[in-house]
Amino acid sequence: MDISKEFRERGRVDILLRQIRQEATEKYIFMEVCGGHTTAIHSYGIPGLLPGSINLISGPGCPVCVTSESFLDHAIALSAMPGILVATFGDLLRVPGGGTSLEKEKAAGASIIVVYSINEALDLAAKNKDKMVVFLAIGFETTAPGTAAGVLDAGKRGLANFFILSAHKIMPPAMRAVVEGGTNVNGFICPGHVSAITGSGIYGFLPDDFGIGCVISGFEPVDILQSVLMLIRQVNRKDPGVEVQYTRAVRPEGNPKAMNIMKQVFKVSDQWWRGFGTIPGSGLQLKPEYEKSDAGKVFPAPPQRQPVESLCMCGSILRGTHTPADCPLFGTGCTPADPAGACMVSAEGACHAFHKYTMSL
Amino acid sequence: MCLSIPVRIVTIEGGFATVSFGENTYRASLQLLEGMKPGDYVLLHAGFAIQKLDRQEAEETLRLIDEMQDLSDGKSGSDQ
Repeated sequence: MDISKEFRERGRVDILLRQIRQEATEKYIFMEVCGGHTTAIHSYGIPGLLPGSINLISGPGCPVCVTSESFLDHAIALSAMPGILVATFGDLLRVPGGGTSLEKEKAAGASIIVVYSINEALDLAAKNKDKMVVFLAIGFETTAPGTAAGVLDAGKRGLANFFILSAHKIMPPAMRAVVEGGTNVNGFICPGHVSAITGSGIYGFLPDDFGIGCVISGFEPVDILQSVLMLIRQVNRKDPGVEVQYTRAVRPEGNPKAMNIMKQVFKVSDQWWRGFGTIPGSGLQLKPEYEKSDAGKVFPAPPQRQPVESLCMCGSILRGTHTPADCPLFGTGCTPADPAGACMVSAEGACHAFHKYTMSL
Repeated sequence: MCLSIPVRIVTIEGGFATVSFGENTYRASLQLLEGMKPGDYVLLHAGFAIQKLDRQEAEETLRLIDEMQDLSDGKSGSDQ
């Protein structure tokens, strides 16, 4: 079943574009809050296909982009400690922090190992009983259940040398912060894989409290265009709601087993997001009964340093108040090869996607 | 980061599945899903199968889009 191909089919793209042109009678600003959508929208050239009255902007959907420098400083400090191996997703490697990055430290000999899955980090701990393995746990609801399963597994396998440093975040409070921060967004393209876990109910506050509609979307061009059309119809009907376009992967109830494992291991906490500061109840930290696996508790953070002044506008780009092109550094002082800010580092960052797919045209 | 890819379960053993995508295979944890069997398509994210893909739902989505074409063809036919 190579069903993904069917959702890239040119004929269907044309059908949807024609329908969108017919029905787009107002001005629309739709925000996606998923790095996967940012990449898909730009790599398929969707902004150029849509009528000028439809503006697609990126919100705080790239976990690497919203991760704090202090988290990175903590990870880098751990990697310099004797006896510690830091296991990280590759996405975090190049994020600049305090004049260095995990990549630079790794090149200089720090014990940093790139893994695709927490399961690889657990195997690393099993094979290196004389070392302490710290897994850098970042990501939204899509990724957090896997981390939770890994923490439970570490217990079952008796891996007392396995720890996580959690910067896990949850999406709804950040979406609320975008809206409460003042925005003219009139529809959200909601993250498909977060929703595959959580279900569709978590977005109900957007239509109910703010009158803003949502469509949970897949990641192929047909998915995104159909989601845009569904949002246009919600705006035109003045009837905002939560709809699911990505029905092949998202059920209303989500994945209850994954949610239960996540809730068993994590408790909701305040979290710092680039561009927003601390958002109450937007993070996930280990519950007290799992604290022995919490690198944040076992290995305290280094003292906070003064943030370096920068012209980087990553923060306001993540809030949706500015676009990458508004930033004075974009394309000159900040490029994918030599990034100044997190939004340019991650392949899912708005600046990176914009630079890669729009600047090169 | 939330990137997840559709893969097919080939075999299952001890809470893990061998999954295939294109010509590649990978060992994926099934800890987060119940009742999977060989032949099922799932989303793979960071080493875990996170959700089963529903072929019928996919076909229904495509059918609705294809119907838009039929509707607009029908409309232009009656205009002529």
